[in-house]
Amino acid sequence: MTAPTDTLPHPAPAMLYRARGWSVLAALCAVFMVVIPLLNLAVPADSILSVSDYTVALVGKIMCYAMVALALDLIWGYTGILSLGHGVFFALGGYAFGMYLMRMIGDAGQYHSHLPDFMVFLDWKELPWYWLGTDSFVYALLLVVLVPGLLALVFGYFAFRSRIKGVYFSIITQALTFAFMLLFFRNETGFGGNNGFTDFKRILGFPVAAPETRIGLFVITAMALVAMLLLCRYVVTSKLGRVLTAIRDAESRVMFLGYSTLHFKLFVWTLSAVMCGIAGALYVPQVGIINPSEMSPANSIEIAVWVAVGGRGTLIGPLLGAGLVNGLKSWFTVAFPEYWLYFLGALFIAVTLLLPQGVIGLLRRWKPRP
Amino acid sequence: MTTTGKAMPDGDMSGLGHVLDPGVVDVSHGVILYLEDITVSFDGFKALDRLSLTIETGELRCIIGPNGAGKTTMMDVITGKTRPDQGQAWFGQTLDLTELTENEITHAGIGRKFQKPTVFENHSVFENLELALATDKRVWRTLFARLNTEQHDRIQEIIDLINLADQIHIPAGRLSHGQKQWLEIGMLLAQQPKLLLLDEPVAGMTDAETERTAELFVQLAGRHTLVVVEHDMDFVSAIARTVTVLHEGHVLAEGTMDKVQNDARVIEVYLGR
Amino acid sequence: MLATILVFAMATTQAVEPAALTALAGDDSDAKIQVIHQLAISDDVSALQVLEALAAGTLAVAGDGRVVIQQDSNILDAATLLPLTPAPDGINAIALNNRVRRALDSALSALRLISPDRRVRLAAAEDLQNRAHEGFLPLLIKANDKETDPDIKIALRLAQGNILLTSNDPSARLSAAQMLGESPRAETKTLLLTRLGKDDTGSPVEPDAEVRAAIQKSIAHIDSRLAMGELVGRIFSGVSLGSILILIALGLAITYGLMGVINMAHGELLMIGAYATFGVQILFQSVLPGMADWYLVAAVPAAFIAAAVVGMALERGIIRHLYGRPLETLLATWGISLILIQTVRSLFGAQNVEVANPSWMSGGLTVMSNLVLPYNRLVIIGFAVAVVVMVWALLTRTRLGLYIRATTQNRAMASCMGVPTGHIDMWAFGLGSGIAGLGGCALSQIGNVGPELGQGYIIDSFLVVVLGGVGQLAGTIVAGLGLGVVNKFLESFAGAVLAKIAVLVFIIVFIQKRPQGLFAMKGRATESP
Repeated sequence: MTAPTDTLPHPAPAMLYRARGWSVLAALCAVFMVVIPLLNLAVPADSILSVSDYTVALVGKIMCYAMVALALDLIWGYTGILSLGHGVFFALGGYAFGMYLMRMIGDAGQYHSHLPDFMVFLDWKELPWYWLGTDSFVYALLLVVLVPGLLALVFGYFAFRSRIKGVYFSIITQALTFAFMLLFFRNETGFGGNNGFTDFKRILGFPVAAPETRIGLFVITAMALVAMLLLCRYVVTSKLGRVLTAIRDAESRVMFLGYSTLHFKLFVWTLSAVMCGIAGALYVPQVGIINPSEMSPANSIEIAVWVAVGGRGTLIGPLLGAGLVNGLKSWFTVAFPEYWLYFLGALFIAVTLLLPQGVIGLLRRWKPRP
Repeated sequence: MTTTGKAMPDGDMSGLGHVLDPGVVDVSHGVILYLEDITVSFDGFKALDRLSLTIETGELRCIIGPNGAGKTTMMDVITGKTRPDQGQAWFGQTLDLTELTENEITHAGIGRKFQKPTVFENHSVFENLELALATDKRVWRTLFARLNTEQHDRIQEIIDLINLADQIHIPAGRLSHGQKQWLEIGMLLAQQPKLLLLDEPVAGMTDAETERTAELFVQLAGRHTLVVVEHDMDFVSAIARTVTVLHEGHVLAEGTMDKVQNDARVIEVYLGR
Repeated sequence: MLATILVFAMATTQAVEPAALTALAGDDSDAKIQVIHQLAISDDVSALQVLEALAAGTLAVAGDGRVVIQQDSNILDAATLLPLTPAPDGINAIALNNRVRRALDSALSALRLISPDRRVRLAAAEDLQNRAHEGFLPLLIKANDKETDPDIKIALRLAQGNILLTSNDPSARLSAAQMLGESPRAETKTLLLTRLGKDDTGSPVEPDAEVRAAIQKSIAHIDSRLAMGELVGRIFSGVSLGSILILIALGLAITYGLMGVINMAHGELLMIGAYATFGVQILFQSVLPGMADWYLVAAVPAAFIAAAVVGMALERGIIRHLYGRPLETLLATWGISLILIQTVRSLFGAQNVEVANPSWMSGGLTVMSNLVLPYNRLVIIGFAVAVVVMVWALLTRTRLGLYIRATTQNRAMASCMGVPTGHIDMWAFGLGSGIAGLGGCALSQIGNVGPELGQGYIIDSFLVVVLGGVGQLAGTIVAGLGLGVVNKFLESFAGAVLAKIAVLVFIIVFIQKRPQGLFAMKGRATESP
């Protein structure tokens, strides 16, 4: 769309990125969707060019985390609402897809029953009602979106309607994920209790452990990440994105302009939760396990530090932060396991005290915008 | 969603009367705001004491009065922030302001500028106005919103009016205090309200800016109805056609600036000191 | 009362016959038991002394065949209870077998029923409920007639009931069934229920329908009494949990409620308090082993100071740079909590450490047969009350409190009036942290002490503050007690997890109605957008 006058260029760019942005994105797509898969599958393992299975698994996992970081940034960085419970949406997406994977084990489990092993262990004779239909892939995908989405919608409606905000909201979300963790720890809840779901065998007929399946999941994850990035880019460059940042900066003014901030917050909150759910669903088959500890408050608050380290209020920041922190974590926990918590703690303090804009802010300071 | 584009679809359809469209202000009798016997008390202190006030369509009314006279409380009653203990407040012929929420009152066409200017400091001047623009403000429409030519022209027009053409892409946080006041007035105008309530609009402005604001208000009167609360008497005399003096929660005097300035009671409580 | 017993005692001094004593010294167990029973129903205080000596192993036979009691360095004649001089030679203690010992124990209980000491009588009456036999019936009836204490009277009737319930006489069983209805004990219910069952041949154990009806009525009585005990017990554990929540949330009410600092490391300050308690305990065990029972007296200030010092260091070093940025404060203090946890883990190990209750805090107060209030919980409730009173006094009656309140209400104005607001922040934060340390000291007495102690409480305590209303000490207290009691009641029929979830849902719904918490603060501060 062209601007009617020269003095007023259109504020919302018709294109999400400029030419340079698109070419960087295309290059990254090529690396993640073509080069890494090829180097893993086609190059012999002893070659210097080979990408190990471990690396593929790690990068796949981190891409799921990056989606969660992106989702949290949408609600925190752009809208100013810090959620300390995003782990619950991630885990619910994971559990929803995990139910499908459990059903696909069929009678290949230890007890050779058509029921998941843990139900046999509990002496259950049939599936609980909420497990019905989960052997359908499409229905499972629907659950992945609907379960976190509905929870977010209902919770958000009550929280935002009563104008809970700031730290109050953070604490209530933390309590939410804590409550869900306790709930899922119970065996009677019907999601495998302490151990959660594991020992998956097949996904859409393909064996989960096969290299081709894992690379397939890796590529799908990369595509999902790119799709989410573009979606977020669209949202934050739209007028709605400007309403969100306006809510962050002066909510009451937005209300006096005639916007229903409740609806806007609810929209972005639910979108964010659904993104987490999808990330969780992609995470579970790659990592091979989902258990209630994913919902621990500590996990959720760690997401916030990924976003803060990268730079909130930008879309590249959370991706960068999730990659940096988790990359360091996987190195630390092998090299100096006892120092990881010191490092993570120091990171929380340093980033809030010294780097409020995160790594992106640091880069920008070095290289002023043209 | 009220816009002036579709305001008053009823018109005078026949000589027998007219259809009342809920949510649309009916100013067919020439009166836009009508307050009668409004009383508000806080812990026994009467902030407003049987206040009655009528504002006609297109009027530019100045309200003056010493501190504690009830000026801000009156604005709170009109915008739904405070509910009166007794009395009536009507917007046009049909809208009972005491029954509506703040949000509904904004949509009905009353815009208010607070004493302390609040603009979106991280947004550019253009974006501030774009957000304020009267349009469909529901979530889905906002997500896919694109400015059309007409809206563009409207923003351009307001920017020229508030003299911020050079600052159009500057974040509002970097504007001077007076410029922020203007931007906020511009945002009010972008909402296309029928009635503008302006609380101390020239506080913190330079003399030149104040003068410019006075011109702006005079220009606006007629197309909009303005109620201005101000302490700056030079400013008031520059713009005022009718002045209302509040004192202890009720109207002490009302009339032209000359008449009010020479009223003995007004001199006693306000001007004289 | 005392006079009666004295007269009674003097009148019966010379009742133990030497011949009976000789039988006690003999080898025939049956004869011994018979004598013991005789002595038991003899109404004789000196008989009690003889039987007690027998039970304690100090009753002996001298070389000349006389039965004597060894008492310290003296030897008493068992018949007269007078010292024998010179002491006879060749003293041999009288041995007992288990059968005799059982008879002896119940006989002693019977005799103790006439002790002047109320507690001895009560213990004896309760003891007899379990092992009286029909021979004691007259004694029990007599004791009941003389007894004036209502508790003991009930215990005596229950003992009678236990004996009579298996009597052959239906009317005796009927009165037994009625008497047993007064019992507060679950065991009595079990006993009554066995009478309602069927024996091996399929016929009812209790043949008489009227008696069965009476038994049923009595069971209903007991049930309601047990339910009462359970109710009181639940309220008590709720109050106990509430007092802990208050101790934890009180510190938060100062740092968060008054200062607006959201301190996610608050739980770790609790943990530091608990470890300080552990440290003091170790110190006492190694330096002052004789005083080890009193280590808590020193641990309370130590826990306060340790947590306060850490809190003040955090405030000066990190938190003060983040005032006015609550979300950043939240993240930074979370980082602090991670570092504190890992530090403690490195210093003390990841395992729980052992913090023992002092002996004066172990055990409990028996209120009803199914209700024992542990002393450690009682002490903590009292401790919480004391801390609340002291904090209240500190905030309302001292200069520091005045400064803290002034700074929280209007920092700029307080600063203009010469209040050193920077230092006040530090002291207020130290105070809040120190109170957390006290909470940790209390927690160490009822639960495990480990590096992750604080993590389990932090969410609950924030909910208390949110529910109580920010900046409101009274709200914190009411919310803490309320949450504690509600939680425990829900737990009893929904389980701990569902109770937690229900409480969370309740809080979210509650905030819908009263966004400012229980005790809303009125004023401009809460109205501004």
